[in-house]
Amino acid sequence: MIDILSKRYLYLIVSALVIVPGLIILLSGGLPLSIDFTGGSLLEIRFDGGKTLQTEALKNIYEAAGIDDAQIQTTENETTLIRSSFLSNETRDSVLNAMRSESGSEEVKVIRFDSVGPSIGSQVASRAAQAVGIAALAVAFFIRFVFRKVPNAFRYGVCAIIAMIHDVAVVFSVVGIGARFFGWQIDALFLTALLTVIGFSVQDKVVVFDRIRENSNVYRRLDYETLVNHSIVQTLQRSINTQLMTVEFLLLALALFGGVTLQEFAVILLVGLFSGTYSSIFIAAPILVVWEKREWQSWFGRQKANRA
Amino acid sequence: MFRNLTDRIIIILLVLALALWIDLSPQLEIPNPFTETTLFARDVKPRLGLDLQGGLQVLLEADMPAGTQINRSELETARDIVENRTNALGVSENLIQVAGDRRIVGEFPGAEDTDAILDIIQQTGLLEFVDTGDVSPAEGSVIQTDFIAGSTEPASTTGGEQTIYHTVMTGKELKSVGVSTDQITGRYSIDFTLSSEGGSIFGAHTAANVGKYLTITLDNRVISSPIIEGAITGGQGSISGSFTSEEANALAVQLKYGSLPIPLKLVETRIIGPTLGEESLQKSLRAGLIGMIVVVLFMAIYYRLPGVVANLSILFYAAITFAIFKYFHFTLTLPSIAGFLLSTGAALDANILIFERLKEELRNKRPLNQAMDQGWDRAWPSIWESNTTTIITSLILYWFGSTFGATIVKGFSLTLAIGVAISLFTAIYVTRTLLALALRTFKPTNLERWFGI
Repeated sequence: MIDILSKRYLYLIVSALVIVPGLIILLSGGLPLSIDFTGGSLLEIRFDGGKTLQTEALKNIYEAAGIDDAQIQTTENETTLIRSSFLSNETRDSVLNAMRSESGSEEVKVIRFDSVGPSIGSQVASRAAQAVGIAALAVAFFIRFVFRKVPNAFRYGVCAIIAMIHDVAVVFSVVGIGARFFGWQIDALFLTALLTVIGFSVQDKVVVFDRIRENSNVYRRLDYETLVNHSIVQTLQRSINTQLMTVEFLLLALALFGGVTLQEFAVILLVGLFSGTYSSIFIAAPILVVWEKREWQSWFGRQKANRA
Repeated sequence: MFRNLTDRIIIILLVLALALWIDLSPQLEIPNPFTETTLFARDVKPRLGLDLQGGLQVLLEADMPAGTQINRSELETARDIVENRTNALGVSENLIQVAGDRRIVGEFPGAEDTDAILDIIQQTGLLEFVDTGDVSPAEGSVIQTDFIAGSTEPASTTGGEQTIYHTVMTGKELKSVGVSTDQITGRYSIDFTLSSEGGSIFGAHTAANVGKYLTITLDNRVISSPIIEGAITGGQGSISGSFTSEEANALAVQLKYGSLPIPLKLVETRIIGPTLGEESLQKSLRAGLIGMIVVVLFMAIYYRLPGVVANLSILFYAAITFAIFKYFHFTLTLPSIAGFLLSTGAALDANILIFERLKEELRNKRPLNQAMDQGWDRAWPSIWESNTTTIITSLILYWFGSTFGATIVKGFSLTLAIGVAISLFTAIYVTRTLLALALRTFKPTNLERWFGI
């Protein structure tokens, strides 16, 4: 049987190597919150039959309308994306009219316009944090409940939550990298992806833990590490088939062919769900073993542990 | 294994037939064979969200200081008014819902004239019937009245240079409004009924002021200034003039839906152009199809007979889910397509858990029948526990989405939860039955070839 758990500290280091750089990038650039959370406006336009206005000209139009924080970006689809503070509908109309007259376009096509008031944005952010917290707690107690006949039932819930935090950290790390290199932003859709990752991460842990529970009834004389290792190996094929071969394929297809709107969403889910499967085997299970053996007692005093 | 396999197959076929009927028809109808009437009818056209066909989404918030308790029924009334106003514009399939305790979310898929919708929503519309004596102010001009919102006492009538007119009553007293055509002259007039209190005020005023003008204003702007032709008692009256059909209708709409019980302000607007929507739809459908084909191939190659059966049950699952979407008028959005794909993954996971167990039992040299039962029984706790966690998170997401009018989050979590629930049924009931049927039909002996162990 493959011995997975003996290298348990290596996996923790690998995860740290993935998570830490991304988080540093994320925090150094400031959280790339979208207008969903900060409030503001996003206007995506295309100039049909006329000259496309350049950054300077657009900035001037916005400034004339009293908005001096417009950020302009051109996309791959030859559209122009303008982010700014909150635009009322009147301001938007006057801005669009100015663009029309200045560019000589027959039509300045509005492809997308999002405008979120500042008060609502901050409320969404705090409520989202609440939603994540409540979901985590609900799940921990659910696991505590279904494992009630197993010794140290709460430990399983806690390990699932730790692994879940690991997955959340991986997702944020990916967003940090995406924000730096592809201009990604944290928006409502990101939040949806994050909560999905949380849900599926715990789902995956439950499958592995279930096997541990079942095996602990069957092999009563096996020591805990071997038991957990055994359970991981038994569920390995299922983990690979479910996650890599089916879910990840569906998401990969969405990421590759799904169009711009869904790309970021699909990539985050792709990485997050992979991390969810990875962390069941390489984070949650090792921590269970570390906890059972109380290994932290030997972390700083290796000599003593060896002598004993 | 089952002795009553036929019963199970009949149930599955019935469910499938029902699902396919809903999936494939735009309108459900059961005619009564004895009379000409229909017994049952339901429109099951698929509804596409804004992100798939373009359109407008707005979030309105009660324009009151934070922390003010907002009356639920007033918010519902405001919702009704917004819905009526926008319906009057002839926008179809719009959806206006109360979100949380102080917001209203409105969606107008496919809307082209977004400005007109935004304008009509934002009208707070204080409607007044003003006594202007012998003066008939021009339409569109602004006049001052002595009505102050919230107070019953008329304001001081001795103003500055501008005449201040007396408000007889406000739009609150109107009960119903309609447009009718005079049989002889073919002219349009607007008929209205008043509340009993309004009826007596109106009766007294009109009886005393025949031949004078009664000007109707909306937010102090004159919309019509008819002359009082006679006393209007009994609470019913009509406004006639040289209206065109459109003008008469517009006036009726303004009279009817003029005032909102709660002032609303626009806190969020989202407009998605039709091209972006259509492109997204095409691309995501193609992506979903490609992904599904790969997955179906994998299942068949890796798990052999059970894999093929699982694929059938996934098709079954897709048919039921889509039918539920159509029947309950869920709006299909990009995230809900993603939610559907993910729940397909969950459905496959249940199958995979069972098949892995089945293979384990077969490797331990159990007879096929026993292995089947063991596979299902042992995999079941994992399946229900793990899927319950997913349902818990989707419910929390749904709650989050509905408080904030974040309809994309709502759509996603709803599809995910429904998908996961249906997948439990298909994995446990459908896959198992079909597999039993396949085993009975083919009677496989070479387990390596049929099960890939």
